[in-house]
Amino acid sequence: MPALMHKPVTTIVAIALLGLLALVPVASEAFDDPFMLTLFTRIVIMAIAAVSLNLILGYGGMVSFGHAAYIGIGGYSVGILAHHGVHAAWIQWPLALAMSGIFALLIGLLSLRTRGIFFIMITLALAQLVYYLGNGAYAYGGDDGLTILKRSDFGGLIDLNHRPTLYYLCWAILVAALYFCHRTVNSRFGMVLQGAKSNDRRMATIGFPIFRYRLTAFVIAGMVCGLAGVLSATFTDFVSPAMMHWSRSGDLIVMVVLGGMGSLFGPLFGAVSFLLLEEILSGWTEYWKIVFGPILVLVVIFARGGIDGALSRGQAGALMTGIAAFFLVYGVHLVYEDAWIIPTLILAAAFTLSGLVWWHYRRKRVASTETAGGDHA
Amino acid sequence: MLLLLFEQFLNGLQIGLLLFLLAAGLTLVFGIMDLVNLAHGSLYMMGAYFAAVFTQWTGNFFLGALLALPAGALLGIVVEVIALRTLYTRDHLDQVLATFGLILFFNEFARVVFGAGGMAIELPSWLEGQVMVMPGLPYPSFRFLIIVVGLACAGFLYLLVQKTRLGMLIRAGASNREMVGALGIDIKLLFTLVFGLGSALAALAGLMSGPITTVQIGMGDNILILALVVIVIGGIGSIRGAFIAAIAIGVIDTMGRAFLPNMLGTVLNPSDAGTLAQALSSMLIYILMAAVLVLRPAGLFPAPGR
Repeated sequence: MPALMHKPVTTIVAIALLGLLALVPVASEAFDDPFMLTLFTRIVIMAIAAVSLNLILGYGGMVSFGHAAYIGIGGYSVGILAHHGVHAAWIQWPLALAMSGIFALLIGLLSLRTRGIFFIMITLALAQLVYYLGNGAYAYGGDDGLTILKRSDFGGLIDLNHRPTLYYLCWAILVAALYFCHRTVNSRFGMVLQGAKSNDRRMATIGFPIFRYRLTAFVIAGMVCGLAGVLSATFTDFVSPAMMHWSRSGDLIVMVVLGGMGSLFGPLFGAVSFLLLEEILSGWTEYWKIVFGPILVLVVIFARGGIDGALSRGQAGALMTGIAAFFLVYGVHLVYEDAWIIPTLILAAAFTLSGLVWWHYRRKRVASTETAGGDHA
Repeated sequence: MLLLLFEQFLNGLQIGLLLFLLAAGLTLVFGIMDLVNLAHGSLYMMGAYFAAVFTQWTGNFFLGALLALPAGALLGIVVEVIALRTLYTRDHLDQVLATFGLILFFNEFARVVFGAGGMAIELPSWLEGQVMVMPGLPYPSFRFLIIVVGLACAGFLYLLVQKTRLGMLIRAGASNREMVGALGIDIKLLFTLVFGLGSALAALAGLMSGPITTVQIGMGDNILILALVVIVIGGIGSIRGAFIAAIAIGVIDTMGRAFLPNMLGTVLNPSDAGTLAQALSSMLIYILMAAVLVLRPAGLFPAPGR
């Protein structure tokens, strides 16, 4: 497994994390804290979606701003079938995967003709189309959504109503998705995909039909994400267009980038830290996004390569960002009891300022080393 | 029937002009600085909030609007200098992410500072009434004012971009940024100026839509996506394209909302028809955009040299 050996630190951390995730139902039982299981089921499901997005975004360079649409398509497939009294998982799940695949094929056929910013926009537009399709489906609740009264039935093989069982199913699918992604990326197919990311013209000149390769990857990613949608719908017993809103797609991109694009375990780190951060911050203050927004901006500006990048390089700057973010959050927590708005704003300003000063000096240092290095044209 | 059609056309024009104000700033920033600014919708929202607050302070909508415009421009400039300047050289993904973070921040900021309930902007009494745009067709004065101001702004932008030195630099920047810099133009200052102008336009759109819909958190999020659609259809960096696309989308959206329910109502019950019509007219816009992108990937009126 050559690709795994490149970053031993990341792999060890990721396997430890997966191991910890496997213990969640036990811990939830031991601490008598059912909410913990709820939270982590959501985290694991979103991690599956993030892994699927990483396949096209991280390895293929296709910035799809409409990936949440497949969560909705997968979810609605299950919801609509259940609404009509079809509960057999052997019908529901394959059909949901097929629907996600068909939609991904159609969206990919149109959008993969474009490049760069136009690709971002057209995937966004087509996802909005699906979103409004959900809104307009008045027979299935329109924008109020659709409640699933009975979960998928595996014929007694797997009992989805048993919460730990559902959790372990999600966990197993996550591990399978990671393994699948690992195998795909290191196959010939994955190499072509990555080659097309770094230079598509050259790959085309060598003779690879990159459109077809990209389309295949796009469909695979859509189907895996559709599976996440099926799990999400099963878990919440509910589907609604809100799960396809464009900001959900934004959240997915944030997870992938936060964790580290084009790294196998990046989306796992990203989804866990994004949702945990959301949970912790929103537990402390209802205005958690006022802290989370600037953290996101700073991560984008300073900590390129995300968590995975910071782990494998031990990058001081990223570490500093993390520590500063922690102190910021902790500060908010301390003053949360009273009027915390002003201290938060001051802290946020100080944080931004220190980050900018650090960035300024770093850029100077980089500039001086570049001059010392001589020509780099 | 014809009068009704004309009235709906005016409604579409009014929405289209609001969209144009938002899209004009977005397309300028996009065209010249190659920056995808999702936070443009937040500037729109903040403009509306500024107007609401200043109107409450001064007791006069026009004074409030006059104060809100420079406040919006200033906020835009502050955002540009603090957060966006470092993003110009980054790829679009980084820009999308960072400005997405700004949206989260501004939405919560508005919630903290102005409260979660939303605010209404009080109009002077003479704007509450109606004007006769045609014999037999009364039209709300304020909506008519929006059309007038929107057209005036479009004219102003046309003159600014086509006839002044600043406009020449803006056009030159949209077709070749490096060359403009190499010719000795302070490109940083130009960027900041253009960003300030775009923010003021966004604030103007926000404060004018404020009295119609209430000023509320996240009001910029959905219209931002529409504005993005407008600039992609019109061609990035092209004011003319943005104008035509904005009007087209405004009219399509309004006509769809106005006439589809009746057409569908013949086969469906009214509430179902309403739900479906609203979704269909929204979908129409995105279908239009997808068609334009597939047939003419650079938009209908691409800026020369891109």
